[in-house]
Amino acid sequence: MAVKNYILVCGGTACESAKGDDIYKALLKEAEAHGVADDVQIVKTGCFGFCEKGPIVKVLPEQAFYVEVVPEDAKEIISETIVKGRIVERIQYQPEKGAKGEAFDIENIEFYQKQYRIVLRNCGLINPENIDEYIARDGYSALEKCLFEMKPDDIIEELKKSGLRGRGGAGFPTWMKWNFTKQVDGGQKYVVCNADEGDPGAYMDRSTLEGDPHSVLEAMIIAGICVGADYGAIYIRAEYPLAIERLETAMKQAREYGLLGNDILGSGFNFDIELRLGAGAFVCGEETALLASIEGKRGMPIPKPPFPAVKGLFRKPTVINNVETFANIPIIITKGGDWFAQIGTEKSKGTKVFALTGKIKNSGLVEVPMGTTLREIVFDIGGGIRGGKKFKAVQTGGPSGGVITEEFLDTPIDFDNLVSIGSMMGSGGMIVMDEDDCIVDVTKFYLEFCVEESCGKCAPCRIGTKKLYEYLDRFTKGKGQIEDIQKMKDIGNAMKKASLCGLGQTAANPVLSTLRYFPEEYRQHIEDGKCIAGKCKDLVHYEIVTEKCIGCTVCARKCPVNCIEGERKKPHVIDQTKCIKCGACYEGCKFDAIIVS
Amino acid sequence: MAKMTLEELRKLRSSQKSEMERRDVDGKETHIIVGMGTCGIAAGAKMALDSFLDAIKANDLKDVVVKQTGCMGLCYSEPTVEVKVPGMPDVIYGNVDAAVAKEIVEKHIIHKKMVENHIQDKPAGDIIK
Repeated sequence: MAVKNYILVCGGTACESAKGDDIYKALLKEAEAHGVADDVQIVKTGCFGFCEKGPIVKVLPEQAFYVEVVPEDAKEIISETIVKGRIVERIQYQPEKGAKGEAFDIENIEFYQKQYRIVLRNCGLINPENIDEYIARDGYSALEKCLFEMKPDDIIEELKKSGLRGRGGAGFPTWMKWNFTKQVDGGQKYVVCNADEGDPGAYMDRSTLEGDPHSVLEAMIIAGICVGADYGAIYIRAEYPLAIERLETAMKQAREYGLLGNDILGSGFNFDIELRLGAGAFVCGEETALLASIEGKRGMPIPKPPFPAVKGLFRKPTVINNVETFANIPIIITKGGDWFAQIGTEKSKGTKVFALTGKIKNSGLVEVPMGTTLREIVFDIGGGIRGGKKFKAVQTGGPSGGVITEEFLDTPIDFDNLVSIGSMMGSGGMIVMDEDDCIVDVTKFYLEFCVEESCGKCAPCRIGTKKLYEYLDRFTKGKGQIEDIQKMKDIGNAMKKASLCGLGQTAANPVLSTLRYFPEEYRQHIEDGKCIAGKCKDLVHYEIVTEKCIGCTVCARKCPVNCIEGERKKPHVIDQTKCIKCGACYEGCKFDAIIVS
Repeated sequence: MAKMTLEELRKLRSSQKSEMERRDVDGKETHIIVGMGTCGIAAGAKMALDSFLDAIKANDLKDVVVKQTGCMGLCYSEPTVEVKVPGMPDVIYGNVDAAVAKEIVEKHIIHKKMVENHIQDKPAGDIIK
């Protein structure tokens, strides 16, 4: 019997942790109970990207798009949508704007409208644990082409035409990297996939691997054909168990089909891939440190040149690319470099996946053509700031990046523009801040991360990050001096010039960019001892205005340390010696009787 | 499954593709909408639906979407089915059993000829809107 309905359940980590698996099992059980198990195919797919509203369940061909689903909804989904073909309005996604009564279409969800999914083309559509579904979506046809129709030079040419630049952060042209390795004569060569992804707030590589593992495997085999390597390794952090599991399944299936291993598709070409689990050190995302870690050494960077393309893993020529870069390659081969080059800006082609998080309404994975403005991402796709607050800045590029302020919201985003405004693409984490965020506090967070993650091999990074952190820490305690600012700039610039690897060279970016765009906020912390956002606890002081307090007791009940006292219907008082400055009283007061100073 | 050759991979892809295409509704212009209200189900709409799916598969039709909907208001002629084919008027068929469903696919969808004795009047426009 033919299947008439498909239920796609999001199986990304975010939805999975929100009981995605229970929903999946409940749906199976209910389908059985209603006697429709044969009519419906229930598929667990990769991330839909719309994590804010997860877990998401999509029913086709009805185009039902259910959000924030709980396992208990399974019964209704089966009995209503599958058996009767009716949409369960209660959990159906409700567009915020848009005419009512308009035919509902998933394509009309604002979140998806400005997006263009190339890297995430299969995520949320196929079952990542079933190689047949990948093959059905033209999977492994690029491999076919590379094995039987194209020469290695043709592959390089196609990549060159596409203009693809490495998505790991720095944006080095991919074709050049491959070409360096290809040009080395004979001998053992390797292909390595960097799936370390250690940026705070970034998770697109994990989602790609979870939702579409075969696209990365296929690209790695193609890289092997192109440069003449027969062995590949995926370096992935052990903190990504679901991605690891899906990769293992994918590799097993590819081997069974003869798409991986010896004599691929009878062509005589051999290539196999191995997983290498990393322990989750930020520095291991840096390519030379990553290679050292694969070799079993401590993950520390070495000076470049020689570049890994010429002397990489075990001192052999190695192509090393990030997950997102690889995921672009099969489709470039299938559709051609010219097709890819139509998308994006002059110097940055294609799309970029961002992990949009922070004080944003629709957080999630967003894939947009290069050249989309930050305003479109934050306000059109992201739905703007949560709770009607005011936009303050976006932090991009993780600890290596910087902040982008309102005046740059209309800058088309690409590799070069971001650098020109003092930030960078990085891996693509995008953290939105509102007026409640203190810029000094956020910068301190990034530096704290860098202090902990610096491998310590070179002094500029080891000492520099620590010194910068100490200054910031003093500012948040109201103990800074205005001369410190210049010292921080000097340290930051020294780190940029003298650090051994890209991580040290960029670790001062958050400091330098916030000093540039928010000098006034730094000055307030240092000279006035004030934190306008109310985040730096040592500078904040909560007080109850006697005239305004009606004695409703809400603040006293909200206070976690019981430091507010007073009789009912009479003004209350905060015991400043016990106050931990959590702000719960301030948030809870409906009469504006509590002031922050 | 044993290791594949190029031909086997291509064969697998094309067979899997049609399976996937039925899942995808984008760009498909021919719609078969089956009334699956209680009345429709009781009158055998499920059998009709299955028959549509089988006929589409048997004829290897690519751009047809089969959807379910609630009662169209023509309970007296259940199972009712609305068929939309580009370039043809939207037609509502009544009393569609498995055999009629097969006929609709073969005549109406493939040969663009309506299946005469099952056409129903459309309910008044305002009811639909």
